[in-house]
Amino acid sequence: MSGRDDLAEDISQFEHVRRKHVGRYVSGAVIAALAAWVVMAFAHGGIEWAFVGRYLTVHSIVAGLGNTVLMTALAMLLGVSIGVTVAIMRLSANPVINWAAAAYVWFFRGTPVLLQLLLWFNLALVFPTLGIPGLVELPTVEVMTPFLAALLGLGINQGAYTSEVVRAGLLSVDKGQYEAAKAIGMPRLQALRRIILPQAMRVIVPPIGNELIGMVKLTSLASVIQFPEIVYSAENIYYANNRVIELLIVAGIWYVVVVTVLSALQARIERYFARGAGVSDAITRTGN
Amino acid sequence: MNPIVKSVGLRKSYGAFEALKGIDLEIERGEVLCIVGPSGSGKSTFLRCINQLEAVDGGALWVNGELVGYRRTGHKLFELSEREIARQRLATGMVFQRFNLFPHKTALDNVIEGPVQVLKLERKKAELEAHELLARVGLSDKCGAYPIALSGGQQQRVAIARALAMKPALMLFDEPTSALDPELVGEVLSVMRDLARTGMTMIVVTHELGFAREVANRVLFMDQGLVVESGSPEQVLGRPTQARTRDFISAVLS
Ligand SMILES: Nc1ncnc2c1ncn2[C@@H]1O[C@H](COP(=O)(O)OP(=O)(O)O)[C@@H](O)[C@H]1O
Ligand SMILES: [Mg+2]
Repeated sequence: MSGRDDLAEDISQFEHVRRKHVGRYVSGAVIAALAAWVVMAFAHGGIEWAFVGRYLTVHSIVAGLGNTVLMTALAMLLGVSIGVTVAIMRLSANPVINWAAAAYVWFFRGTPVLLQLLLWFNLALVFPTLGIPGLVELPTVEVMTPFLAALLGLGINQGAYTSEVVRAGLLSVDKGQYEAAKAIGMPRLQALRRIILPQAMRVIVPPIGNELIGMVKLTSLASVIQFPEIVYSAENIYYANNRVIELLIVAGIWYVVVVTVLSALQARIERYFARGAGVSDAITRTGN
Repeated sequence: MNPIVKSVGLRKSYGAFEALKGIDLEIERGEVLCIVGPSGSGKSTFLRCINQLEAVDGGALWVNGELVGYRRTGHKLFELSEREIARQRLATGMVFQRFNLFPHKTALDNVIEGPVQVLKLERKKAELEAHELLARVGLSDKCGAYPIALSGGQQQRVAIARALAMKPALMLFDEPTSALDPELVGEVLSVMRDLARTGMTMIVVTHELGFAREVANRVLFMDQGLVVESGSPEQVLGRPTQARTRDFISAVLS
């Protein structure tokens, strides 16, 4: 409009007026209205909120929560251990090892985890006894408790997904790093552990954090094989008192709490593994 | 004394392409050899064969008195295990064009990584030596810095210190200044010049003909996987006998 005036006039002392973010106000209003509507609907619906508060901390719910958290941690630990091992196997020069790792990923990614849980839990139908021939032999029904079946089902399935994440991470590290590690005399596995894996973590941690959060909720599937995690506990209570929605809300609240804590933790872990990479700052600080 | 590197008819192929077509060469202890030649002539490949980042396909190579990659028993050559190859590599230190510092470790941790993890040196002792080495390359004040916070020249000097920390018998430099901004080349060459003065055996692939003329005992001109010409810097760089050498030198100097 006044381009020529600007050039003629000294405008360096003028006040700067920021853009009005109209979009932010409009979207804010729309979302606030929607939220209010949802809150109203729940407040007026047939939910006994007093019940929710009372059952939030009853013993069997808290014990179920403990089992959910424990199973999440153990299954994830198993999944990550398997995942790292299988990822390294897939990058091995040995074709047999390579093939075995690929077959594992193929099978466990190819079938639903619910089906795998049921298979582990019903292993007795295939193998009535488990053990080392001639040394120990135990009836499978006693060994394959809901706990063990849930751990194996969730952990081994997770390992198949995690191995792909880890493999992508290992491949993301510059080949020069591997050569530099070799040049100072490191054998392959030491180079992987000391040099490649720590750098791959920057790429690996965000999706693993995501999968950890997924695992918190995936453990609820173990309720179908009678593992007493939080959904199973909630179900047991509402079978007796018919407060179905209230108890599902109780379980839901606890899931949200756990996931919120984990999300906060994830941010700190990501920052740790990004050290020396100089990328996270550049990406997260472009907040305008 | 026997040569520190002896290469007889050394061949290396990538698929059908022959990158080294028979290299015959002896390098004495204490010698500084500069290798020059056009891009793609096989200079890097030759260095990478010496420290076994590449396996050779034909001929034989001895480094520091050992046959590289094989053990001779009678009239058979048995391929070495990965651990034995890692051990053989300890005879050589390598400095890369792109530095290849470990980005998740500070300058000091880059230098002590090998001594602590591979040589199993006590950490305190390794740190002491690393401080000395970093002082030697002029980086006493950068011990705690991550590579990303260092300039290219500083990174390359850390990389030299990291290689020296393993106390190699032979240092290999693959175009150590080619990835640097022009004003940073000098600081790296100066560290290498000092290193040559200490009597370190060095093989340097470089396009810095001034450095070669001043520091090298011998200059080797390679082209298309072969040694075309070799001799004193004055002879190869000043009075080359081969047309290919002449062309290359005038191309670099222009
Ligand atoms: N990993 C590889 N795969 C295929 N060809 C390669 C590989 N490395 C090098 N070469 C080829 O070998 C030749 C020699 O390469 P190199 O030793 O890197 O040359 P220089 O270092 O003299 O520039 C080049 O033609 C290059 O394209
Ligand atoms: Mg090269």
